[in-house]
Amino acid sequence: MIARLADGAARRSLWLLAAVFAALVIAPWAVNDYLLTVMIVALYLAYTGQAWNIMMGFAGQLSLGNALYAGLGAYVAATLFTRYGVAPWLGLLAAIPVAVACAAIIGFLAFRFGVAGVYFAILTIAFAEFARVGFDHFDFVHASAGLFLPVAQYTHDDLWRLRGNPTMFYYVMLAATAFAFLLSRALLRGRIGYFWLAIREDEQAARAAGIDTFRCKMLALMISAAVTSFAGVFYAFFYNNLFPEQVFNISQSIEMILGPIIGGIGTLFGPVLGAFVLTGMAESVTSIMSALGFDLPGAKQVFYGICLLLVVVALPEGIWPPLARRFGIDKAKQ
Amino acid sequence: MTALLSIERVSKRFRGLVAVDSVSFAVPQGAIFAVIGPNGAGKTTLFNMIAGAIPPDSGTISFAGEEITGLTPDAVCRRGIARTFQLVRPFPALSVEDNVIVGALLHRHDVGAARSQAQELLRRFDLFDRRYQQASSLTLPDRKRLEVVRALATEPKLLLLDEVVAGLRPTEVDRLVAVLRELNRDSGLTILLIEHVMRAVMALASRVLVLDHGVAIAEGEPREVVRDPAVVQSYLGQSEVNVWAV
Repeated sequence: MIARLADGAARRSLWLLAAVFAALVIAPWAVNDYLLTVMIVALYLAYTGQAWNIMMGFAGQLSLGNALYAGLGAYVAATLFTRYGVAPWLGLLAAIPVAVACAAIIGFLAFRFGVAGVYFAILTIAFAEFARVGFDHFDFVHASAGLFLPVAQYTHDDLWRLRGNPTMFYYVMLAATAFAFLLSRALLRGRIGYFWLAIREDEQAARAAGIDTFRCKMLALMISAAVTSFAGVFYAFFYNNLFPEQVFNISQSIEMILGPIIGGIGTLFGPVLGAFVLTGMAESVTSIMSALGFDLPGAKQVFYGICLLLVVVALPEGIWPPLARRFGIDKAKQ
Repeated sequence: MTALLSIERVSKRFRGLVAVDSVSFAVPQGAIFAVIGPNGAGKTTLFNMIAGAIPPDSGTISFAGEEITGLTPDAVCRRGIARTFQLVRPFPALSVEDNVIVGALLHRHDVGAARSQAQELLRRFDLFDRRYQQASSLTLPDRKRLEVVRALATEPKLLLLDEVVAGLRPTEVDRLVAVLRELNRDSGLTILLIEHVMRAVMALASRVLVLDHGVAIAEGEPREVVRDPAVVQSYLGQSEVNVWAV
């Protein structure tokens, strides 16, 4: 496949990638503060969407509770920072193992005892809900009153302590999104990627081909959790406040998966494209409505619902695969 | 010839029904061994027990001198037993080549090496030209061959074929039979097959076991076995007609 496409499609997709990345790098000079914030949100969803895509898109395991890993990452790093002054990048070194350990427990319970499909999804929701209720009563992190990070006007960006202006946060998230993309690509094209796709396609046939499906599924879940936990660290330091009701809420989990569903589950570009299309359109709808004098809370959620409906009916593969075929880089999804 | 696979007094019951009743046999190294029998005789159950898909209630299964009873399907495959499914199940959304690469990656860590191994096998089974097609777009005969190729890519010592020529046209049967014979001859691959199509059994098998209602009623050379009155009776009730004249 690679040999045949090396000259044509692979080069085209490389150019496309370079162009998109270059546009994103120069974007902060061209947009105002409001648009920059919107783009940070889009990148955040592109990043978390890619993490979810590793599990669902590659290994075929539906998680509806990825907010759990983001929330744990956020709380671990924020607590270490506010109580002990530990920098977020060091906090991340604690956040990742916590999220991965939690994922390992969920995965062990599910995959060892044959909990699959919808039941697995319910299990992931249940654990996110446990965390939400648990953290609501966890006084060490100020329970439902919320955890706040000190806010100040910054004259210069402190990248090490993640204190600074939105532009700095934008570049941090852009780098993270690029990292998630390269990681997804490397995983998908490697040995484990083939095993995941085989499991996604037909688990019984995968086992008959000698694949240790338990190990492979655990790996997908743990990598997804590790990647997602950084999103939580970012969330804590960008918004400076954490409430269990918000970070562990199922709506957070749902927002993370809308990008890949709309962009194309199991593809590399899909989650990024989907996140940008969705965020862009949702913000446009909100601005148009407020310009027209409507102020309807929840309009964004209704809009998400409509988008999802349209994609499911009109483009069940998502918007990226048909576009890829048009650009002649069909195989880029593999 | 020593036994590569030996089945000893293996039984499986599903609620009241005894699907396989204390069956014993041995497949010699390098043989092509067929298990035949009427519908519901327990052939596929026996197969699933060997492949690790279902554990036997009693009895032991040994492969290459080690007991493999009760191992999981993936562990059985890693020991060197590859199988096909009666109702074919290639990975539908993957390309033909990627299907085979999955198998080839079992004993290889490098995707490039797995790809060249896959392409070599695809050439041998006339699927090379279709390697970029989605597996789901193949015709049934091609999907059946793809299953055999994927199984072979795991480099088995023993290949289990579950009705691999059923539903194929006679010329396609002959072609597949020829390739399997060649594999057996050239690389010493041992093959255990379940088959309804007697044309394939007679052309391939060096030894045949007949199951009826979960019981082994005959074992021997294909030509002897098909003349055995008990075997004829199990297929037709009773008859003096030579049913194998087809």
